[in-house]
Amino acid sequence: MKASAGGYARASDLRHALDLLGQAGDAGRVLVGGQSLIAAMNMRLSTGDMLVDISRISGLAGVTQQDGRLRIGALTRHADLGGDPLVGRHAPLLAQAVGHIAHAAIRNRGTIGGALAHADPAAEFPACVLALDATMHLEGPDGARDVAVGDFFIDVFETAIAEGEILTAISLPVAEPAEVQILKEVARRSGDYALAGLCLVRRAAGVRLSALGVGSVPVLAQGAMAALDAGDIDAAVTALRAELDPQSDTQASGGYRKHIAGVLLRRIWDEIGGTA
Amino acid sequence: MTDVFRDKIDIALSVNGEPVEARVPAGRHLIDFLRLDLGLTGAHASCEHGVCGACTVRVDGDAVRGCLMLAAQADGAEVWTIEGLSDSGAIRDLQDAFVARNALQCGFCTPGMLVACADLLTRDAVPARDEIREHLSGNYCRCTGYEAIVDAVESVAKARRGAA
Repeated sequence: MKASAGGYARASDLRHALDLLGQAGDAGRVLVGGQSLIAAMNMRLSTGDMLVDISRISGLAGVTQQDGRLRIGALTRHADLGGDPLVGRHAPLLAQAVGHIAHAAIRNRGTIGGALAHADPAAEFPACVLALDATMHLEGPDGARDVAVGDFFIDVFETAIAEGEILTAISLPVAEPAEVQILKEVARRSGDYALAGLCLVRRAAGVRLSALGVGSVPVLAQGAMAALDAGDIDAAVTALRAELDPQSDTQASGGYRKHIAGVLLRRIWDEIGGTA
Repeated sequence: MTDVFRDKIDIALSVNGEPVEARVPAGRHLIDFLRLDLGLTGAHASCEHGVCGACTVRVDGDAVRGCLMLAAQADGAEVWTIEGLSDSGAIRDLQDAFVARNALQCGFCTPGMLVACADLLTRDAVPARDEIREHLSGNYCRCTGYEAIVDAVESVAKARRGAA
């Protein structure tokens, strides 16, 4: 179908964007790549939006390293993330995720900030940043604030971003020398949303494991993490399946999604050498 | 600079190498702007939610979905559609290979398919058949079964590097 927009404004800088969002109230919608938002507008799942196009704001795209952290601007496109040398070195999980996200033409416009703010629980980037223990950087009318990723995802398509705020960047610790990051998922066709997927990050402090496509938000599987830290893969698989409560839908039953999650965990464990 | 919300937006862009100025409704997709306002009906509007790839056009050098971008967002952009790419001869070898290999039957997907294929062929190495399939995974063809399309892309990639 055809999109129905209430209005469109192109923000010249962040202050301008925040002013526009303030004017628009609850009809305000931040637009950049539009690869989810415009699809939703086309299907009339969202109508009358006052679109604030922040895609031309300079300084919100790109990847930098400072003070032991990697900072990724919200406007960084998937295609650019996938080929970025800093991401390849410090956040290879995100580079792996890019290959799973939709198709090349979508990745040429979609942005990481858009994907995180949209908060689709079946998408890769939300689960990745949860496993990476990222910090989300927001700007609002009253100034900047940071939100820990554990507090960011609230429900399906719902985050800690308040009305009038914009997600401007995320940051995460640079990779340790022996850090392991790996993403595995099962999808019916290339580019489809996964039936289930796992992101594992192993640092000196322990394993972080998140799951996508198995709940209303990306899930941090803390029981499985503890078992993996103890080197017990069987207990980890049991714990993981107990921690997940996926819905059944036309793609797969909840039980099958749980089964896949366990299989993926064993595959990851084999691939990384199986030591805690 | 647009400093307030508008329901009609003035845009100036380049389409197939020619300057275009227009006033577009806020919700107008790029693909409808190209097809309905400019009469460039090569690329197709089909699923209108980014799944089928029939609307794929080139914007600022990248293959993008014409149905998932607003015309308002194309202000200042350089847009190429199959009409311009055909007239310029930029992808003549690819088009010839599609004909030679029977890589199209009804032709509905072909304009989008060609833009997606051309995007892959700008890379340095000859892509493996798996890479070609993966790159075209977002462009549906209901006629050919894809094998002939993969053949065509592979043959052009090799020919362009003198290895055919």
